[in-house]
Amino acid sequence: MTNDFKVIDEQYEAGRRALGSYVTGFVLSVILTIIPYFIVVRHMFEEQSLIWAAVLFAVTQLFVQVVFFLHLSKKSKPLWNMIVFAFTIFVVSFLVIGSLWIMYNLNYNMTDTSPANTNEGYIPK
Amino acid sequence: MTTETLTHQKESLRPRRESADSESKALFGFWIYIMSDALLFASIFATYAVLQNNTFGGPSARELFSMPFVLTETLILLVSSFTFGLASLYAHHHNSKNKVLAWLLVTFLLGVAFLAMEATEFTKLFQEGNSWQRSGFLSGFFTLVGTHGLHVTAGLIWMSGLIVQVWRRGITTTTIGKVGTLGLFWHFLDIVWIFIFTFVYLIGAI
Repeated sequence: MTNDFKVIDEQYEAGRRALGSYVTGFVLSVILTIIPYFIVVRHMFEEQSLIWAAVLFAVTQLFVQVVFFLHLSKKSKPLWNMIVFAFTIFVVSFLVIGSLWIMYNLNYNMTDTSPANTNEGYIPK
Repeated sequence: MTTETLTHQKESLRPRRESADSESKALFGFWIYIMSDALLFASIFATYAVLQNNTFGGPSARELFSMPFVLTETLILLVSSFTFGLASLYAHHHNSKNKVLAWLLVTFLLGVAFLAMEATEFTKLFQEGNSWQRSGFLSGFFTLVGTHGLHVTAGLIWMSGLIVQVWRRGITTTTIGKVGTLGLFWHFLDIVWIFIFTFVYLIGAI
């Protein structure tokens, strides 16, 4: 009987911890959304640093949501969750950074720019 | 007496353990799907990043988007991610059917509100002659944001099915598992939106 109560207590305790995790995640996410929004809308820095700031806030928010909403952490039960996640991060950054790098060089190595299809370059100034 | 209860408990625990095991396998399989979906979005993001300044004489991101509108969309989706967390919390830890249903319904309505705002934005762009045919930038924009919108639509259809199932069958191991997988999907869509918000709208507005 006492065992049953202990189980219920543990359930309740786990529930409380999960609630805490969702609330923390939510509050942090709102902050991490509002700050870059106002930095950008008010043009608080020069362009290049604005871009880096926005990207930094987004990546921070990615990790906040992965930890507090998806509950992925070092303690994650199947370690495979973590391994698959790390591998995906690796491939995604490879794909995005690689594409940008290649296309940047492609644009600047072009000698012929026909007027009908002017490639204005994609890199933000 | 005590041994009897214990053996009884053991026996009643065993099938639960097994089904919990298969639930966690399902969750892991779904996690792999989510990660492959992340790769799909990464390719579309890369395409957008490459095309974003190729406006072909048309309007650029800075001229097209209303920032307060986009911030509202973002916050709505963020709140819906949180309310889904609450639904999943009540399903996993408190076993209370009504609260799960209520939070799922709130999440569903927020999702509908988000989609409605996105549809409004798309219609407005389209009517002003800025459809995906206008420029490379707009093709990239509609592909990226539209793919996310399609995912949200799929999530909402799934969620309405889940609401009916929880309502009919209550909180069972099966429905808890489904709340878990849909939760992964929904939180993932919120994360993808954060990047759309940052790369398309914020950086576009700089």
